[in-house]
Amino acid sequence: MQTKNARGGPSTALMLAGVAAILIALIALPQIADVYQTQLLTYGLVFAIAALGFNLLLGFTGLLSFGHSAYFGLGAYSAAFMVRYLGIGSMEVFIVFGLVIVALVSAAFGYICVRHTRIFFGILTLALSQVLWTLAYKFFWVTGGTDGLRVAFGNLTLVGGLIDFKGRGAYQAFVHNYYYYVLFLFCVCTALMWVITHSPFGKALQAIRDNETRAQFLGIQIRRYRWLAFLISGSFTGLAGILWVPLNGLVTPDVLYWPFSGEIVFMTVLGGFRSFAGPIIGAVVFNYLRTYAVASTEYWQFLLGAVLVILVIALPTGIVGTINRVYGKLTGRS
Amino acid sequence: MDILAIQFLNSVFYASILFLIAAGLSLIYGVMRIVNLAHGSLYAFGAYVTAWTIGTLAAGAPIWVLFLLLPAGAIAVAVLGALIEPTLLRPLYNRPEEYQLLVTFALLLILEDSMHYLFGGVPLTTGPVIDSMGTIPVLGLRYPAYNLLVIFIGIAAAGFLWAFIYRTKFGVILRATSQNMRMASALGLNVKRVYVLAFALGCFMAGLGGAVVVPAQAAVLGMGIEALILAFVVVVIGGLGSLEGALIGALIVAFVRTAAIQYFAEVELAVLYLIAAIVLLVKPTGLFGRA
Repeated sequence: MQTKNARGGPSTALMLAGVAAILIALIALPQIADVYQTQLLTYGLVFAIAALGFNLLLGFTGLLSFGHSAYFGLGAYSAAFMVRYLGIGSMEVFIVFGLVIVALVSAAFGYICVRHTRIFFGILTLALSQVLWTLAYKFFWVTGGTDGLRVAFGNLTLVGGLIDFKGRGAYQAFVHNYYYYVLFLFCVCTALMWVITHSPFGKALQAIRDNETRAQFLGIQIRRYRWLAFLISGSFTGLAGILWVPLNGLVTPDVLYWPFSGEIVFMTVLGGFRSFAGPIIGAVVFNYLRTYAVASTEYWQFLLGAVLVILVIALPTGIVGTINRVYGKLTGRS
Repeated sequence: MDILAIQFLNSVFYASILFLIAAGLSLIYGVMRIVNLAHGSLYAFGAYVTAWTIGTLAAGAPIWVLFLLLPAGAIAVAVLGALIEPTLLRPLYNRPEEYQLLVTFALLLILEDSMHYLFGGVPLTTGPVIDSMGTIPVLGLRYPAYNLLVIFIGIAAAGFLWAFIYRTKFGVILRATSQNMRMASALGLNVKRVYVLAFALGCFMAGLGGAVVVPAQAAVLGMGIEALILAFVVVVIGGLGSLEGALIGALIVAFVRTAAIQYFAEVELAVLYLIAAIVLLVKPTGLFGRA
C-alpha cells in the first residue's frame, strides 16, 4: 500500500471501502442486469483472472510473455477433452485435473523460457505456444481442428453435482449461477495473488525486476524465482481457460493462436501493469470494448489497434495509473 | 528422383520468399532493436497492393506492363514504412521495449483491418502473370517458369542487400548505427534519417516478398499473421539482426517444411517451432547472431 500512496493513490481506508463497494455491486448486479449483461461481465471476470496471472510475470517479474494463450488454451482444451472423451460434467473435476495439466506444462515451458529474458523470453514463449496451436490445429481427429470441441452447459454440474441445468429456463439459470461461481473463484484468485505479490516471494520478484544483479547479490536464486512466477502465472491463466469453456460453449484453436496472447498483453497494459488492480480493470474494460467494437463495426480490430496506439503513446500507465495521477493532482499530493 | 527435383525447386522458391520477409525483419531489429510484429502484415500489404494493381487497376494491359507493375507493392510498403517510423515508433525509443512490441502489435491490428477495408474479403489473384511465362521441363516434369524467376529475385535481393550493407557508404553508416547508436550520433550522423531509411528498407523487403509471391498464390486475409511466425522461426534459427542468418534460416525452414509436408504433414509446423525453441535454448543468439 505504501507504493500506492507514493504514487499519489488513495489511502488504505479509502481503498478498502472501494473494494467493499465494488464487491457489493458485483454481487448485486445479476439481480438488476439482464442475462446478456451478466454473461458479458462473467467473460470480463474470467479474462481478469487470466490477466492477473499474466501480470505476475510482466508487472512483478519484468518478463513479457507473448505466449500466454498456451496456458489459457490448454486449460480450455483440458476441460473440453474431459467432456468429449471421458463424459465428465463436474466443473470441480475440470478445475482440479485441468490445473494439474496446465501446471505441468507451465512448469516444463517455464523451465525452458526463464533461461532468457527480454525479447528472447518473449519469442521463446511465443514459439512454444505456437507448438500447441499447431497440434490443436492439425490433429483434427482429436481436437476437432478448426471446428473445435463443444462443451454444452446442459451436461454441466457445479459444486460437486449440487447444481445442474436441465429443463425450462436452464440457460438463464446457468448464466446466473455460473456468474456467482466465477465471481467466487475470481475473489479467491485476487486474494491469493494479493498475498503472493505482498509476500517475501513477491517482493523478491520485484527486486529481480528492478535490478537483477543486486537481487543476485542478496542471495535470491533468480532463475528459480522466475520459474516459480512462471508456473503460478501459467496456472492462473489456465484456470481462466477452464472457466471460459462452459461460458463460451466451444473451444477452437483460436485461443491458442498468438494474437490471443497479444490480447492478454493488451488487457494488462490497458489497465496498467504497474499496479495490482490494473490487469483486473483492464480485462473487464477490454472485454466491453471488444464486444461493443465487434457489435458496432466490421472493422473492430482497427478500432482496438487505434486504442492501443493512443494508450501506448499517450497513457502508458494505463487506466489505473492515469486515475492515480489525476487523483494525486486533485488532492494536491503527487 | 524427378519428384525430388521438383521438391527441391519448391523449397528454394519458398526459401526466397521467406528470406525477403525475414531479411527485412532482421534488418529492422539489427539497426533499431525493434521486433516488428506488424512485419507479416506489411508483407501481406505488399501482396495486396501488387495483386490489386495488376489484377484490377491495370487489368488487360500488355503483359510487359504487368511485369513492370510487379514492384508496386514493395514501393507502397516502403512508403508506408517511411510514414510509420516517425509517427508511431520514434516517440517510443526511450521507453522499455515492451511498448515498442505493443505498438507494432497495434499496427498489426490496424493493418489487417485496413486491408480488409481496402481490398475486401475475397482473395485477389493475378493469374495472367504466371500464365504468361508458362512452364519449363524439369527432368520430365513441368515446372512454372515464374517460380524460377522468384528464386532469381530472391538470390538477386540477397546479393544486392549484402553489397548495400557491406560495400556502400550508407551500409557503413547503417552498421555503425547498429553497433552504437549514441556514438554514431555523437560523430555527427543523422540517426533519425538512418532509422527512417532502415525501417523503410526493411518494409520494402517485406513488400517485395509479398509482391513476388502474389502471382504464384492469391493474396488472402490472415496471410501476414502466418508469415510473421515463419519469419520469426527463420530469424530465431539464423540469429536476430544477421543477414547471413536470415538466408541460412530461410533455407533450413523451407527445406524442413517441404520435407515435413511430404512425410509427416501433421507435425509440419510443430517441428519448425521446436527447431526454433531448441536453437534458442542452445544458442539464444541464433546460428549467426551477435551477443
